[in-house]
Amino acid sequence: MSQTAHTAHHPRWYRTRVSTYWWSRKWAYFLFIVRELTSLAVAYFVVFTLMQIHALRQGAEVYAEFQEWLRRPLLISLNAISLFFVLYHAITWFNLAPRAISARFRGKRIPDLLITASNYGAWLVVSLGLVWLLSGG
Amino acid sequence: MDVSSHDVLLVGGGGAGLRAAIAVAELNPKLSVAVVSKVYPMRSHTVSAEGGAAAVIKPGDSLEDHAYDTISGGDWMCDQDAVEAFVKEAPEEMLRLEHWGCPWSREPDGHIAVRPFGGMKKERTWFAADKTGFHMLHALFQTSLKYGAITRYDEWFVSRLLEDDGRVQGVVAIDLMSGKIQAITAKAVILCTGGCGRVFPFTTNANIKNGDGMALAYRAGAPLKDMEFVQYHPTGLPFTGILITEASRAEGGLLLNKDGYRYLQDYDLGKPQPKPVLRSMELGPRDRLSQAFVKEQEKGRTIEGPYGSVVHLDLRHLGEKVITTKLPFVRELCLKYENIDPVKELIPVRPVVHYMMGGVHTDINGATPLPGLFAAGEVACVSINGANRLGSNSLTELLVFGARAGKSAAVFALEHPTPNGHVLAQAEDEKRRLEDQFLRKTGGHESIATLREEMQKTMEKSAGIYRTGALLAEAAATLRRLQERFQDVAMSDHSRTFNTELTTALELSFMLDVSEAIVQCALNRTESRGSHQRTDFPKRDDGEFLAHSLVSQRKDGTPQVQYLPVTITRWPPAERVYGK
Amino acid sequence: MAETITLEVARYRPEQEMEPTFQQFEVPFRKDWVVLDALNYIKDKLDTSLSYRWSCRMGVCGSCGMMVNDEPKLTCATFLSDYMPGPVRVEPLRNFPVVRDLVIAMTDFMVKLQRVKPWLIREQEKPLSDGEYLQTPEQLDDYKQFSMCINCLICYAACPVYGLDPHFLGPAAIALAQRYNRDSRDEGSQERLDILSQHDGIWGCTFVGECTKVCPKHVDPAGAIQQYKLEATKEWFKSFLLPWGAK
Repeated sequence: MSQTAHTAHHPRWYRTRVSTYWWSRKWAYFLFIVRELTSLAVAYFVVFTLMQIHALRQGAEVYAEFQEWLRRPLLISLNAISLFFVLYHAITWFNLAPRAISARFRGKRIPDLLITASNYGAWLVVSLGLVWLLSGG
Repeated sequence: MDVSSHDVLLVGGGGAGLRAAIAVAELNPKLSVAVVSKVYPMRSHTVSAEGGAAAVIKPGDSLEDHAYDTISGGDWMCDQDAVEAFVKEAPEEMLRLEHWGCPWSREPDGHIAVRPFGGMKKERTWFAADKTGFHMLHALFQTSLKYGAITRYDEWFVSRLLEDDGRVQGVVAIDLMSGKIQAITAKAVILCTGGCGRVFPFTTNANIKNGDGMALAYRAGAPLKDMEFVQYHPTGLPFTGILITEASRAEGGLLLNKDGYRYLQDYDLGKPQPKPVLRSMELGPRDRLSQAFVKEQEKGRTIEGPYGSVVHLDLRHLGEKVITTKLPFVRELCLKYENIDPVKELIPVRPVVHYMMGGVHTDINGATPLPGLFAAGEVACVSINGANRLGSNSLTELLVFGARAGKSAAVFALEHPTPNGHVLAQAEDEKRRLEDQFLRKTGGHESIATLREEMQKTMEKSAGIYRTGALLAEAAATLRRLQERFQDVAMSDHSRTFNTELTTALELSFMLDVSEAIVQCALNRTESRGSHQRTDFPKRDDGEFLAHSLVSQRKDGTPQVQYLPVTITRWPPAERVYGK
Repeated sequence: MAETITLEVARYRPEQEMEPTFQQFEVPFRKDWVVLDALNYIKDKLDTSLSYRWSCRMGVCGSCGMMVNDEPKLTCATFLSDYMPGPVRVEPLRNFPVVRDLVIAMTDFMVKLQRVKPWLIREQEKPLSDGEYLQTPEQLDDYKQFSMCINCLICYAACPVYGLDPHFLGPAAIALAQRYNRDSRDEGSQERLDILSQHDGIWGCTFVGECTKVCPKHVDPAGAIQQYKLEATKEWFKSFLLPWGAK
């Protein structure tokens, strides 16, 4: 591989220190950090679902207490906020999905909109299916 | 002083430089090659070439046809042995580049596609959308990274050639990053520094095209050849001078004057047809098209814009699909720099300086008369382009003559001893000159920019598309005065770190030498041929002037012109006919 | 009174100062001037010691990338009229060491460029006498976008990952590797996989997406990296599910 005679490093080069608050400099960076933090909301819902299943296993009475606990304003706010972030997580994920997929059909590139639409479509179908299942079938 | 040593040294890392470096590395991997470029290689001006590169590959085409088109396009100033070698080696060189990854545009079956181009009777111009130079340069640069024998000196500015014992033995260069001035010795030096469009005010050329290699050779005693032949590209954007590729005309673009009339039909270039006809009308040779513009301007039939006269390039009838697939870069440039969409509107264009047919005199192997000094690409004049270059020949020229010069320099290096230490004294002299006259200078009064602008104005006025003896003589005197005034240039930047005031001053000094050479050659050539048109001598004179101008620098710095007959092999001089 | 616009230009002269400073210049305003024209005016008429890189001024050489009002741009393609009434702050490209004034050191990128082996790798070279490698327009389309990179480094200036960790290979280098991986004539994907799937390769990327947003040539390096993550993952699964088919 070719060599270069360049200087790899020089003490008089000025290196700007990246601020700890680099993510607040630009709206795009801030939204990115929020998107990354939504994984906490997803983790929270996993834990929450496990708690719900645990309560169910312990019988109808314990479960009723659990549901009572859920009606507390703190829990309602917490779940509402987490739902918002999980939705944000899903939407940003679906919108970015086409960029990671480079598929071709009959020589033409599949348009991004189709990929995004099919993701949303699948989400809708699964959600409707769940609703149908949980409402008695 | 620090010294580095190599076997072959390239000055310039563009298409020709990189091809030559690879040629040396492939001929003998033990040879150490240095590529010394004042910019990173991918910034070299090869990158902005758009249209394409010509080579014969399609059935129905022949080497004779390519040669004849080139020779007649050059108004018989081309050395025919060089042209024959060029057209013969072109297809192989272009294929080699394809094997190195160049993304040539293709036909539906996967074969390489060709398009028509100005002055060519058959379709033979290979292209990579409308960014051919960009793709060629990046393919060459990325391929060059494979070779361990190549050492790159990125952003090192060569200020002088070193000679001893009658041969060139290296260069003195400034490492821009640190300001270190050092000698790099080599057994053979190849100049690949490109042309000198920046001596004119309106040019497609980048800031870095200052005739560095031409001036270096000139000062070292190697003659320059055919300097008076300056190509104006018929379609550049006004103000910026940005190139609108000839491919736009090859695809069917039309040139219209203020009455919407295809004015080229009045200038012996054929009759207008609905589809482009090779070697006719808008696909005529560049010199004739640029001259037609000036004539239209004299008749008052050009459009007056805020930056002078223009004519219109009409691409509307091509349709959006053709423009976005074949000419996407053209559309991008027009939208961005003129706020015009070629799909719906007319593009204002005018001739701008584009290419130097002239340059450092070399033989067909890239060797100059100075042993150890070689040259290839736009900086060189072999000559295959003669008095007017056909579009798409120069990108191919980079490959063919880059390879030739690389090989002959490699052979020269293998046959000659390592440079002795005598050149180091010269290098010390150069270091002292740079420090005394530039880096540590105080008290100057002339501004670099003012001197440069005056030089450019003079060149545009006197060495433009049409010239007269009186204006040329005036220009010669003005340039001499500018050379004197340059001694009094003001230098305020005494820093060693990335000092671009120093490089700008050195570039101006190169440009002053080169413009004097251009003007002197133009003054001495009392005939009109190709892109050199004298209103006081309007006819071509094969009796006196079927010869190249060779200009050398006298001891006092002034240019001296002699003549070297053109090599004719199979095609005796005839009339240039287009449009028939 | 002719219209003018103020430029605040970053200066750094390592022999004289420890840190960059700003210098103000009053420049004539012209409707079709770009920021580069203003910088040239300053260098020609006001302060000849201002150092910056530029060459083609038509957006294809990649030399003139700088921060204009905190956004990385090609100064030859950024119109002053978009910033009226000003002032316009011009600084060197972010995330790179500053050498002098508006000039940054790009040696790190050059090393990374070489590392990803951006050349055609083939087991067997076809002899020239056999002609060209056939490649249909569709096959060309597959990698064409990634081949448009002008190495301007604006994507590196926009990438927060590169800002925080200079070891990260970065958008342009990875996009270029993909350009060769997807070229139908190339057979080097496996070789590049080993380089790219390292910690500071594709997995350093967290898909911020800014690189694609600022790219002046619409190369979409973020897309290149995410697509490559999928491919690299597939290869990883293949390597232990079908070990006999690997390499």
